[in-house]
Amino acid sequence: MTDTVESTPGDWQLPIIKDTPEGADLWERVPYDPDDYGPVSDWASDFDHASPAYNAHAPEIWKQLREGGCPVAHSDRYGGMWIPLTHDTVEEIAYDTEHFTSRSVVVSHLRPGDLQLPAPIGGAPPITSDPPFHNQARRLLLPPFAPKKIEAWEPDIRTLCRQLLDDLGEIAPGESVIDAAVDYAQHIPVSVIRQMLGFPKEDEELFRTFAHNVLERVNEDPRERAAADQERLDLYIDEQIQDHIDNPRDDLTSFLLDAELDGNKLHPDHVRGTIILLLIAGFDTTWSAIGSSLWHLAQRPEDRQRLTDDPEVMTFALEEFLRAYAPVTMSRLVAKDHDFHGCPMKQDDWVLLPFPAANRDPKMFEDADEFVIDREVNRHAAFGLGIHRCLGSNLARLELKVAIEEFLARFPQFELAGDTRWSVGMIRGPRQLPVRILETA
Amino acid sequence: MRVHLDGDKCQGHNRCYALAPELFDVDDYGQAVLLVEGEVPAELEDKARLAASNCPEYAITITD
Repeated sequence: MTDTVESTPGDWQLPIIKDTPEGADLWERVPYDPDDYGPVSDWASDFDHASPAYNAHAPEIWKQLREGGCPVAHSDRYGGMWIPLTHDTVEEIAYDTEHFTSRSVVVSHLRPGDLQLPAPIGGAPPITSDPPFHNQARRLLLPPFAPKKIEAWEPDIRTLCRQLLDDLGEIAPGESVIDAAVDYAQHIPVSVIRQMLGFPKEDEELFRTFAHNVLERVNEDPRERAAADQERLDLYIDEQIQDHIDNPRDDLTSFLLDAELDGNKLHPDHVRGTIILLLIAGFDTTWSAIGSSLWHLAQRPEDRQRLTDDPEVMTFALEEFLRAYAPVTMSRLVAKDHDFHGCPMKQDDWVLLPFPAANRDPKMFEDADEFVIDREVNRHAAFGLGIHRCLGSNLARLELKVAIEEFLARFPQFELAGDTRWSVGMIRGPRQLPVRILETA
Repeated sequence: MRVHLDGDKCQGHNRCYALAPELFDVDDYGQAVLLVEGEVPAELEDKARLAASNCPEYAITITD
């Protein structure tokens, strides 16, 4: 353990890169300075996924970087971060659990120390777990999210979507403007995951705050927000767990409390971490996918028409929405120093895993920046690749499909009505999406 | 035509089950299960190709 000595103030200096400390909870590799998070000067060498400019222009940024001969971008932000931009490099890192650890999958100024996320469980298993523990923790959770279990939710999701559309009130075609992200898309996944976990309906607003804190405030001073937010979330989950211990029922929370690994009940930290994962991973992501798909459809009358005339095309359209507008970027930490195709990766460097960029790589997909509603060959990576494939992918697909079908059935024609506001951070999707309804069914 | 499934590569994306349920089922863990042994019936050959060309993990292959 050696800390680099600071150079004289006023001198031009390299960032102070500290080695990984022992016995740390969260640690800073470089001192936090809000001025570090100004506008991006150059995407190849100063990349910032949390720049407000990024999500609104991401496909153009990836294309510009790839065409400029930059398959892997870099940034000194967050204490050092690499960003692979091709399908090949994203895939290689996703498969390589030896050189890249999943201990933290959200890039932040703070890195998890050895005390905070004891390997191999991690803070939110199994997404933060590495092999071999990962396999056990994941296998435990697969059955409730398997296709045939998830299919059973379809009628409930359809009823929910219809209710949300009813709640929009009186619609005057050609005049009424609704926010398809705020008034519709965001409520669908949060309601479904709340029901699956067996949490109270009145807490849905609170979950949105939790997810926002984890996923969208990465540029704020972490020392000020991390501890208080985490404590509030942990306390809330503990209350829900206690309620389920007192009143067991048929839901995911009771399922986790009953579950066993090697004949032992799960450690309370494991249960809490998994619930936090399901809660947070369960809705910002799908909210974004629904919003982006409606954003696309608002601008493409021919795609709306095709879906209305030929409902069977949804099998392919669904995957194309997921490919072209994949919402989720993950991250890894470099597990040990190594050379990655000429990039000198150091232990504890962040590596962003932009699956959405992989999905737009022209070497992998013909007409990668075109939305082809009936694309027949589509090995997209929207749900990740390898052992961390999104556990909730079957649920996400079902929610996305039903949300689009029900919206189009009610409003066959609609258009953008003002500025779309995109999210900030690793989950990409519209956070405000004003659309004018042109026709009601 | 024959279709092959590499269970070690399958990560449960369930694309094959959605595209070709006559050829692929899923188990309780969401892992793909191949339903045909030997030759793929002629009328299902297109579906077999579709399943193979949409598996993100390249777990499905086809031979003549």
